[in-house]
Amino acid sequence: MADDKANAAAYWKANVRLITWSLVVWALVSYGFAILLRPMLAGIPVGGTDLGFWFAQQGSILTFIAIIFHYAWRLNKLDKEFDVEE
Amino acid sequence: MSQFAINLIFVGASFALYIGIAIWARAGSTKEFYVAGGGVNPITNGMATAADWMSAASFISMAGLIAAGGYANSTFLMGWTGGYVLLAMLLAPYLRKFGKFTVPDFIGDRFYSRGARLTAVICLIVMSVTYVIGQMTGAGVAFSRFLEVSSSAGIWIAAAIVFLYAVFGGMKGITYTQVAQYVVLIIAYTIPAVFISLQLTGNPIPMFGMFGTHIDSGQPLLVTLNEVVRDLGFRDYTADVDNKLNMVLFTLSLMIGTAGLPHVIIRFFTVPKVADARWSAGWTLVFIALLYLTAPAVASMARLNLITTVFPEGTSAPALAYEDRPEWVKTWEQTGLLRWEDKNGDGRIQMYNDANAAFAPTAEARGWAGNELTVNNDILVLANPEIANLPGWVIGLIAAGGIAAALSTAAGLLLAISSAISHDLIKSIINPNISEKGEMLAARISMAGAILLATYLGLNPPGFAAQVVALAFGIAAASLFPALMMGIFSKRVNSKGAIAGMLVGLISTLLYIFTYLGWFFIGGTNMLPNTPDNWLFGISPLSFGAVGAMLNFAVAYAVSLSTEEPPQEIQDLVESVRTPKGAGAALDH
Repeated sequence: MADDKANAAAYWKANVRLITWSLVVWALVSYGFAILLRPMLAGIPVGGTDLGFWFAQQGSILTFIAIIFHYAWRLNKLDKEFDVEE
Repeated sequence: MSQFAINLIFVGASFALYIGIAIWARAGSTKEFYVAGGGVNPITNGMATAADWMSAASFISMAGLIAAGGYANSTFLMGWTGGYVLLAMLLAPYLRKFGKFTVPDFIGDRFYSRGARLTAVICLIVMSVTYVIGQMTGAGVAFSRFLEVSSSAGIWIAAAIVFLYAVFGGMKGITYTQVAQYVVLIIAYTIPAVFISLQLTGNPIPMFGMFGTHIDSGQPLLVTLNEVVRDLGFRDYTADVDNKLNMVLFTLSLMIGTAGLPHVIIRFFTVPKVADARWSAGWTLVFIALLYLTAPAVASMARLNLITTVFPEGTSAPALAYEDRPEWVKTWEQTGLLRWEDKNGDGRIQMYNDANAAFAPTAEARGWAGNELTVNNDILVLANPEIANLPGWVIGLIAAGGIAAALSTAAGLLLAISSAISHDLIKSIINPNISEKGEMLAARISMAGAILLATYLGLNPPGFAAQVVALAFGIAAASLFPALMMGIFSKRVNSKGAIAGMLVGLISTLLYIFTYLGWFFIGGTNMLPNTPDNWLFGISPLSFGAVGAMLNFAVAYAVSLSTEEPPQEIQDLVESVRTPKGAGAALDH
């Protein structure tokens, strides 16, 4: 029982770490590249405009998809490692 | 064949398909009614969730808003997709593990209190009803245009069809119908976009065409667009915004709000396993992205096409004579959503930014006496194929698509409202001994009440469809999302903290919105004019949800820390939802 609890706590910690990193990327592409850091990226041209505009209308959405699939793949692996899957 | 007949055939055929599916898959038990029996494949669920989620606001209004606002309105694109990242990692898998039927079920059990459950029910109803208004407005526009009736009659027709349709199937019927609706709406959205992208840039993929070269001018499409809007006194399409705080908060409100929408969350109760809930969120976003990556291309190309229509010889030559206006302008004039007023009496259609003081001398020199063409943003996507002279069947298709988007979301919302009333209010609080038949009857009656209220408000809407929906997001962000997240990620937050947090989040957001938009959206009752000068720290009422969410988190923690810890069995419950082991199907209880 104690082992189970420790195992569950370690699994949760690994999960929270993965979530934190995923959220860092999530915030960086949307609030960062697309909004606040756009003036810094203004020098990088993309099809008649700049990289910040591309991230705001295309890049952030593509990154969000990658984040979710990466998270699902990593966590489903963690489920097996910690033996907590259904 | 007339365009009206083509529209009727496309819309009629799509309705026949949906009703056929709804009859085939109608719900026989409460479990089928609420969670489709809990056995939906994650990809199928992703597609249904995408249709459920992509409403009239996404299909009809969003590209129009981006066309009008350019870069500044990228907030809708990021906000309405980024929420799925939060949903996939912070809520969906754990709520699936918890395994009940509704969102208030979780809040009521986790915070071990009827008060918490009741607060969640109230939040859910307030925001779902607000959201349905946006659908009714959007469906009203689509019906009025394609069935050639007034906008009010369009809303009544939409109400009648949504009602028939949602009462039929419950979640099971709705799920499979939504899959069909997704297919209809994505085809309807992308086909005109592909044609237009080919016409303007030669590239069949709109998301690449948008950043490609404009054939007529030989330079990048966005550069040409910036030039022509500048010539008419508008801001550059790709111009940066000054108020970044508001842009960040608005995007954040939409993201948190998306993750907190009960009608989206309950869709993840329908998949067989916890791991499926994670994959399903990813698939949902893939299906949504097909439309969302196309929308900005539609927006920029439609804006360019509209200007080229009004100024066929270029923006420095005289504008189009009203006599020569194309057929689509005439048909949209009948709906009242597009208006022309000959202010300078020259019989031509001048369209420019008359609010720009710096541009006034140029306008005067050209003999213009004010902007003469008023185009409602909401018509842009629907009129897009006509503006680009596409064949009649494409126009019929877009009619069917716009209506599919509005109906699928309205059905999902009505299900969330009716399950909150019949399951959380009647079965759990008022009369626990109600029979299964009685519960389903109550669910159907509450759907009827919700749709009547939404129709009334849809006839007197507080703004464009997408903006009305944005209000619902503020409420979801400020009330439900923080409570759900804290319920999973903190063992310390207790019932008093959660209730106080939800109430503070909800009330502060509503007060802020009503201050600027009028009490209960009734025109003329607002206490301050809704202009940026009057906003607190430049935060628009639409962006306040993120602030409300922060207040909710802060109050919930402060109150919880100064009161007792939650009981042991609740802390055990939190531990159990954190691991997928032993989930099983959604519980029948």
